[in-house]
Amino acid sequence: MATEFHNLQELRHSASLANKVFLQRDYSEGTTCRFQTKFPSELESRIERPLFEDTVKRLNIYYAEAEKMGGQSYLEGCLACATAYLIFLCMETRYEKVLKKIGRYIQEQNEKIYAPRGLLITDPIERGMRVIEISIYEDRGSSGSCSGSSSTSGSSAR
Amino acid sequence: MSAVMIARKVRKWEKLPGKNTFCCDGRVMMARQKGVFYLTVFLIVGTCSLFFAFECPYLATHLSPAIPVFAIVLFLFVMALLLRTSFSDPGVLPRALPEEATFIEMEIEAANGNVPAGQRPPPRIRNVQINGQIVKLKYCYTCKIFRPPRASHCSICDNCVDRFDHHCPWVGNCVGKRNYRYFYLFTLSLSLLTIYIFTFAIVHVVMRSVDSGFVKTLQDTPGTVLEVLVCFFTLWSVVGLTGFHSYLISLNQTTNEDIKGSWSGKNRLQNPYSHKNIVKNCCEVLCGPAYPSVLDRRGLTQDDLPVPASTATQSNPVLQTTKTTAPLIPNEHTPDDAKPSIADSAIAHAEKRSPSPKEKPPTPAKVPPLASPETDVEASIIIAKEKAL
Repeated sequence: MATEFHNLQELRHSASLANKVFLQRDYSEGTTCRFQTKFPSELESRIERPLFEDTVKRLNIYYAEAEKMGGQSYLEGCLACATAYLIFLCMETRYEKVLKKIGRYIQEQNEKIYAPRGLLITDPIERGMRVIEISIYEDRGSSGSCSGSSSTSGSSAR
Repeated sequence: MSAVMIARKVRKWEKLPGKNTFCCDGRVMMARQKGVFYLTVFLIVGTCSLFFAFECPYLATHLSPAIPVFAIVLFLFVMALLLRTSFSDPGVLPRALPEEATFIEMEIEAANGNVPAGQRPPPRIRNVQINGQIVKLKYCYTCKIFRPPRASHCSICDNCVDRFDHHCPWVGNCVGKRNYRYFYLFTLSLSLLTIYIFTFAIVHVVMRSVDSGFVKTLQDTPGTVLEVLVCFFTLWSVVGLTGFHSYLISLNQTTNEDIKGSWSGKNRLQNPYSHKNIVKNCCEVLCGPAYPSVLDRRGLTQDDLPVPASTATQSNPVLQTTKTTAPLIPNEHTPDDAKPSIADSAIAHAEKRSPSPKEKPPTPAKVPPLASPETDVEASIIIAKEKAL
């Protein structure tokens, strides 16, 4: 894991930012947080479509879980109301817990799949949950840089 | 660029555009004009103080000690909700960073195709289908984004707010997705408190008058008159407001939509967000998940200041470029790695930036009494950036 993170740092130092792609929100089911799974043309040469769609679908599932109206969210709401919402000063809401999970998932995806391909996903919360920003890097460093991610993902797409 | 840059870590709230004021190092977020909010606090605290001073001793001994206890609980509830409504982020949508704004501009230009010279380009609208209904998303010229459904730009706070209800001067803040339930519960509990104080003030006067006569009662407890007056006038407005918002909640509508008549039924437009079930609508609005703020007011960011120039503490548009480097780093609290990347991406932005076309904003919608009119004012962020760099 230390090796993979080291490569993420190297990516930024040795590569230059070429382009950014923005995945927009999908409002077809209402205002709940959901992103379009349309595969951007700029990424066609960089990453395989199923991998990408998998990431976005997984993110959508997490956001749906965070915003789910169910027994737990009603209970949390009623309990919080009974305490005049003072309980939010000490307790972490379910949404915040899921957001942390999403942050960890995105970091893991970046390390394992996207950084070896010269891509970087930005957590949507840093963009106001409006877009998923994907930065595309051009590798201008020497051979030892990004492609050096030894493990799993064959970083052949370049 | 400049000779020597001093890197200083600042909290993000110091660099946020918009006309909000922040207190407690970014923990508290309010609108600029707070005068009416102070009046609200004064009225509530003042009236309750009079009640506790004049009515409660008599009622506690002659009727029940539960009366002042319940009054205290209700008062604390009202104050907690008022402060939570006033101090929290209503659901402000952060403005688009330069790359995102450029990306959207390119999409718009691609969609419009070639506009003949001299002709006005078509209005920037995106149609989306929500639950089978076509909803138009408008472009915000200030924030450089297509507003999500139900979002609106508040001209008083100069922010786009998600699920914008209205800007309430009484609480000194916008009412939006994140604080609507606190606002509603505040008006509801304030109605109860007002009715409670009004009722028991009258009961107290009646009971005392039986013992000592009406005039002597008023002389003994002059505060009662003031309380009754304040409560009488407050009742009509606050209870009315609570009733109005109860109606809106049951239909899952916002004040903004109601005033504009978005779902009034003309052109067969129906509210696509309503569950068509009063209980479900109420549950969604009042007991839904607690949405987090996307503003990250207390996060740290670099503030690169050139040495000779005096630093302006207003939101400096140039720093928008330095902010864009933050997402490259998973942990935003260690921006030391950002330094080489800042230079890289800043140069990349300077090369790639394309000037946005000067658009005359479309005519504003009719001005509603409570909600702010949408002012699609062209922001000069890009011009300021070009000047600064």
